[in-house]
Amino acid sequence: MPFIEAIRLALAQIRVQKLKSFFTLLGVTIGVMFLIAVISIVQGMSSYMENDFAAKMLGVNTFTLRRFPWFGDGASSEAEWRQWQRRPRIYHADLPLVTGVLPPGSRIAVESQEFLVAATQWARPKQVEAHAVDGDYFTIKKYDVAQGRLFTTQEADLGSPVVVIGDEVAKYFFPNLNPIGRDLRIKGIPYQVIGVLEKQGSVFGLSLDRVAIAPYNSPLHHFTNPRGDVDGIMVQAPTPNEMDEAMESVREVMRGRRNLRPGTPDNFFMETSASALAFMDKLKTIMTTAGTAFPAIGLVVGGLVIMNIMLVAVAERTHEIGIRKSLGARRRDILRQFLVEAATLSTMGAIVGIILGIVLAKGISMATPLPAKVAPWSIVLATLLGTVVGIVSGVYPAKRAAGLDPITALRKE
Amino acid sequence: MTSTTEEIPLSTTAERRAVTAAPGVAPEKDWVIVTRGLKREYDMGGEIVRALRGVDVAIRRNEYVAIMGPSGSGKSTLMNLIGCLDTPNEGEYWLNGNLVSGMHEDELARVRNKEIGFVFQTFNLLPRASALHNVELPLVYAGVPGDERRRRATEALTRVQLGDRLHHRPNELSGGQRQRVAIARALVNKPAILLADEPTGNLDSTTSEEIMRVFEGLASEGQTVIMVTHEPDIAAHARRVIVLKDGMIESDDHRENFRAKIQSAGGAAKIGI
Repeated sequence: MPFIEAIRLALAQIRVQKLKSFFTLLGVTIGVMFLIAVISIVQGMSSYMENDFAAKMLGVNTFTLRRFPWFGDGASSEAEWRQWQRRPRIYHADLPLVTGVLPPGSRIAVESQEFLVAATQWARPKQVEAHAVDGDYFTIKKYDVAQGRLFTTQEADLGSPVVVIGDEVAKYFFPNLNPIGRDLRIKGIPYQVIGVLEKQGSVFGLSLDRVAIAPYNSPLHHFTNPRGDVDGIMVQAPTPNEMDEAMESVREVMRGRRNLRPGTPDNFFMETSASALAFMDKLKTIMTTAGTAFPAIGLVVGGLVIMNIMLVAVAERTHEIGIRKSLGARRRDILRQFLVEAATLSTMGAIVGIILGIVLAKGISMATPLPAKVAPWSIVLATLLGTVVGIVSGVYPAKRAAGLDPITALRKE
Repeated sequence: MTSTTEEIPLSTTAERRAVTAAPGVAPEKDWVIVTRGLKREYDMGGEIVRALRGVDVAIRRNEYVAIMGPSGSGKSTLMNLIGCLDTPNEGEYWLNGNLVSGMHEDELARVRNKEIGFVFQTFNLLPRASALHNVELPLVYAGVPGDERRRRATEALTRVQLGDRLHHRPNELSGGQRQRVAIARALVNKPAILLADEPTGNLDSTTSEEIMRVFEGLASEGQTVIMVTHEPDIAAHARRVIVLKDGMIESDDHRENFRAKIQSAGGAAKIGI
């Protein structure tokens, strides 16, 4: 019997027993649904990390010299954490030294941030993410203004009390007003708003538009890092190739400055998007493993249901098998008929599961900050998985059907 | 009723030669069925039941034969063997020039598909399939492509006057119509033999006569028909009647002789049928 005939037969059988087929499908459908949803969320998160998060938070070809890593899974032990706390801080005074060893064309910036209370006469006081920055900060972060302008070199050098604010800050503190030229008070000190950044969106539900950025030399840095230290020195190499070279130069100069002997580990950290993404990879593995365990159980149960239903079908259709054999069906024809039926059932279950899984993933991404991205390969995988589950669970019943003796089978009504 | 030229001489030298030839020697072309010392035993939980104890039968192409016998005579076993649904423990079975005994399961399936057309007492149609689809089934297993399948199945159904019932399901058809669908299905692959097992067992006498006329017509067109029955009236339609008893052939007669025998014995019961 040709393959296409077997599929047609299976579809006819499924059509005749709609309700039974529906329940048979359920296990596989649920398994595939969660599988697709989990893969979509994990995919969504990782593509988000790679494309948006890494670029927005860390920048391309960029590393940040810090006391210890900010992004990532934290210290691996209490001891390590304490060791991090004992490390010397990074100071604004380190800037000239670092600048001196960078390859030509590199950009450098200082970052010092803190959540501080801001206020205007139009809104109640509220915390903003205050940044005291220096150098090529805006270029490295790819920030551009939607309104107004960025600091001039002169303002930066003199530490003029000017501020560039994020979209949300502008909307909150200056409702229905043009913020340019007005004052925003941070910790009681007024800063004149000179620019509003383009909307940046959010990362995992955290808005990137709640910033207020002032020159490092302005009074702001007394509040963000009062001891004269900074959170980090950001360096952007001109090309990816020069980044390693730049990192090596910075490492050497910092070790020299801190009189570290060969063999002693660094007491600072150079954070790159790769180091943050390594953490994401780890997270992804954990989520994928945990997130696929449940669907896998669902699929196994679904397979068992299909096997059971197929065994019942073989018993119910013994007479039919006898008729088919008397008309010349070979062992392999019957085997194929039942295998194809199990596989068709299961594949249909998988397809329904894929649709529901996509709906579920989209629903989750709408209801929560988790992004979802349906990977085409996961659809192919789920379909194949459905078919394989069907074939595996159909083998035993199909073998029983194929091995029936035609005379006995014919006699059974 | 039958002309002498149509008469088939039984127990002739030719037939004896066919059944007593050395093992493995193929019978001549005009013999469609030859069995030599066919034996079949069943192990019924330690007890050996000898259903067939050496049956020698030779049937020519175009013959119309009835196999009779009381229950337990081995006629069902013989029909299963002739129909290639079962294999003998001993002896040879030649069907249409091929040694069928000792064939492998899949080869037997092929033989059933190509050489044998079954007609059963309970019709054995697929209940959820249309008449057309039922008739197409043997062609499906023969690997005939869809268009030709439909054409040939339609043709076969038209031949049994069911050309207007192609898309009816078995439960929408009368008993006689169902049996005619089964006959169409049996004939659709142009088999060497039409093998009917109590074909009128589930039908009333009028419908039985109708089915017998169909068989008559097929036989006169040259189709070899073998019919297993326990009803002498039905057996009397065949041109030759083989009676089995205790796993052996008891008699093998022309229908005239058979009728005469029944009459002289005063009914079927008297001759052990």
